[in-house]
Amino acid sequence: MQLALSAEDAEFRDEMREFFTTQIPQEVRDAVRDRRELTRDQLVESQRAMNRNGLAVPNWPVEWGGKDWSPLRRHIWHEEMQRAFVPPPLAFNASMIGPVIATFGSQEMKAKFLPPTANIDIWWSQGFSEPDAGSDLASLKTRAVRDGDEYVVNGQKTWTTLGQYGDWIFTLVRTDPEAKKQAGISMLLIDMTSPGVEVRPIELIDGSHEVNEVWFTDVRVPAENLVGEENRAWDYAKFLLGNERVGVAPVGATKRVLAQAKEWASSVPSGTGAATLLDDPLVAARIAELENELLALELTALRVVAHSADGKPHPASSVLKLKGTELQQAVTELVVDLAGPASLASGAADDATDLPWWTRRATPVYLNFRKASIYGGSNEVQRQIIARTILGL
Amino acid sequence: MDFTYDEEQQALREAVRGLLGKAYSDYENRRRTVAEDPGFSEQLWGQLAEMGVLGLPFEERYGGMGAGPIEVGIVAQELGRVLAPEPFLSAVVLAGGAVAAAGTDEQRTQLLEALSSGEQLLAFAHQEPGARWQPTASAVTASGSGSSWTLSGVKEPVLHGARADVLVVSAALPDGGTGLFLVDGSASGLGRDGYSTSEGGRAARVSFTDTPATPLGAAEDRTDVIAQVLDAGRIAVGNEALGLMEVALETTSAYLKSRKQFGVTLNTFQALTFRAADMYVSLELARSVVTWATMVLAEKSSGAEVATAASRASLAVSRSGRHVGQEAIQLHGGIGMTAEYSIGSYTSRLTALDHLLGTGDHHLGLLAAGVGSYDEIDPLP
Repeated sequence: MQLALSAEDAEFRDEMREFFTTQIPQEVRDAVRDRRELTRDQLVESQRAMNRNGLAVPNWPVEWGGKDWSPLRRHIWHEEMQRAFVPPPLAFNASMIGPVIATFGSQEMKAKFLPPTANIDIWWSQGFSEPDAGSDLASLKTRAVRDGDEYVVNGQKTWTTLGQYGDWIFTLVRTDPEAKKQAGISMLLIDMTSPGVEVRPIELIDGSHEVNEVWFTDVRVPAENLVGEENRAWDYAKFLLGNERVGVAPVGATKRVLAQAKEWASSVPSGTGAATLLDDPLVAARIAELENELLALELTALRVVAHSADGKPHPASSVLKLKGTELQQAVTELVVDLAGPASLASGAADDATDLPWWTRRATPVYLNFRKASIYGGSNEVQRQIIARTILGL
Repeated sequence: MDFTYDEEQQALREAVRGLLGKAYSDYENRRRTVAEDPGFSEQLWGQLAEMGVLGLPFEERYGGMGAGPIEVGIVAQELGRVLAPEPFLSAVVLAGGAVAAAGTDEQRTQLLEALSSGEQLLAFAHQEPGARWQPTASAVTASGSGSSWTLSGVKEPVLHGARADVLVVSAALPDGGTGLFLVDGSASGLGRDGYSTSEGGRAARVSFTDTPATPLGAAEDRTDVIAQVLDAGRIAVGNEALGLMEVALETTSAYLKSRKQFGVTLNTFQALTFRAADMYVSLELARSVVTWATMVLAEKSSGAEVATAASRASLAVSRSGRHVGQEAIQLHGGIGMTAEYSIGSYTSRLTALDHLLGTGDHHLGLLAAGVGSYDEIDPLP
């Protein structure tokens, strides 16, 4: 047993810290720090800065720009990024379709798509969920029928995050309606400028436009855009979702917000006799309790990455999504409580209010992050995985 | 960074598990053992001495094995797994830890050898009526000078205080501060009233009336040593609690798979399996913090970082121990309430450990007081 990082890993951590705090545009990092919604350009600019330095897609195969790092180094890379308020590379590109194409795509497909995917010259959207296929993804109905050298796609996808920015969309479509439900699914890459593709916004409870419905009406897709083999996409989807779960315990980002929350708490009179909210024993205890739980989460993440080198996921990894999202939500909830009555003023423009910006962002962020325990396999699905595969129940 | 045990440590675990398993894998044996004084098996205690377990953390020149907190943690986990009532925590970690930290060379040689060989049982008499886990004493006072001292006052509850051959006693010094003293079990003016604790262990009221005592080391303020010993105790307690929670969850999962109601086994009901999943989450999060705190202790041995790590482990284990313990009984149903079935005793032991060296709320209070003095926690050195 040894707590410290090896000298090499410690040096690596310093390099990452240096990079993320000096090479990513300050304006982007400020936007993350201030909990603002990032623009498309900001996300693209940030990922390109990483890609220029070979740091956008370390999880990919080396020949396509990957790094062959240990799981621990990938964790350090991810943590230092969050610590510096740098937005992670677009997950749809870097964690989802990139690795799928690199693993299952043809050589032509790799050459055509991987470099622009790493550099976000193509902005990918995810076309998996449907109105009647959420946690039960395999019941999806969007149809693709082969017609010569093309597929003709009809149906509807939903919860397409940032689909309004999408250039291309990777979709799960049913190609064999006779097969049992997991067996008849294929993955198609679809150019979102194709005739018959329509993106409709869904307004969320925080007032944001983050997700969309995507409708397909007789969309003609070249057959060469089929990933891997027909009717084999359930395997690809499982591979993709397995990668997705690795990044869903945003320990560093939650730690940063909690550290900010302490600063904010020390700027607000308590109203209960203590000098500031941070001096209020109940508030201080709530923060200390959250810090301890975050410490437990961070150490669990380190246990997982330090011991998953053989490729098998550590059994405790299922804890990360569940607890990570709960804590992410608990910290957003804390910030609303710290903001108090000022949290109501979320609609006030900067020049039309006396209230601090963080109080006005508190509620939209809190409401927005209710999503965290739903996406990436809802927390109930995670409990099911723990009960079934770990406890054998 | 490495969170795994090396081969030697794994061998220690196997050896201890094997020995304890022979004694207590049948829960009925544990019940019989705690029903009679001294509340543990003298025979097993002797076997643990032969194996070197009782001298584990002490230097070899004092009859010890020269191991550290990681190894102590392994033993504590194994004791927890079978609810072993042997006084490893009170005698080796607390009393032995105090002697190792504060004793003269002669005292260490004599007492640690006697403890390690199983010849003498030590107890740590620190807790006082009305006190709440602070590292100072006030109800027991010391008078005297040089090597001639007497103690007066009451310590309670003192784990295994009635059976102990030698007591390590904290006492308020005439000029302020808290000193540590040795009191022989046969000393005049020593009163001991032993009883069972809530989970089947043993404790005592120990009263001193001008009782002759020898300073442990010099008769000077030892508050730092006491704090250091209590912190090492907290981390050992955390490890024991991990063993308890592991088995509580294993037992509960097995029960859910075997117990039938409404014609099906209980694991058919998601209302129950989800709660078992949450128990697993609690256990693994606590394991991470306890393992970390054990490594911090192994690397730093004392000081503010260890104190904070001990508080963090105590908080994590208090929260998870209550959750796992309470749910283990609830998911068993009525059988979980019975003394003849093991699960309730796991909850009972977790409850005792929680209150032995500071509850979660106590440690949360300490942590909360410092929460404005740093930006964020970095667990790596």
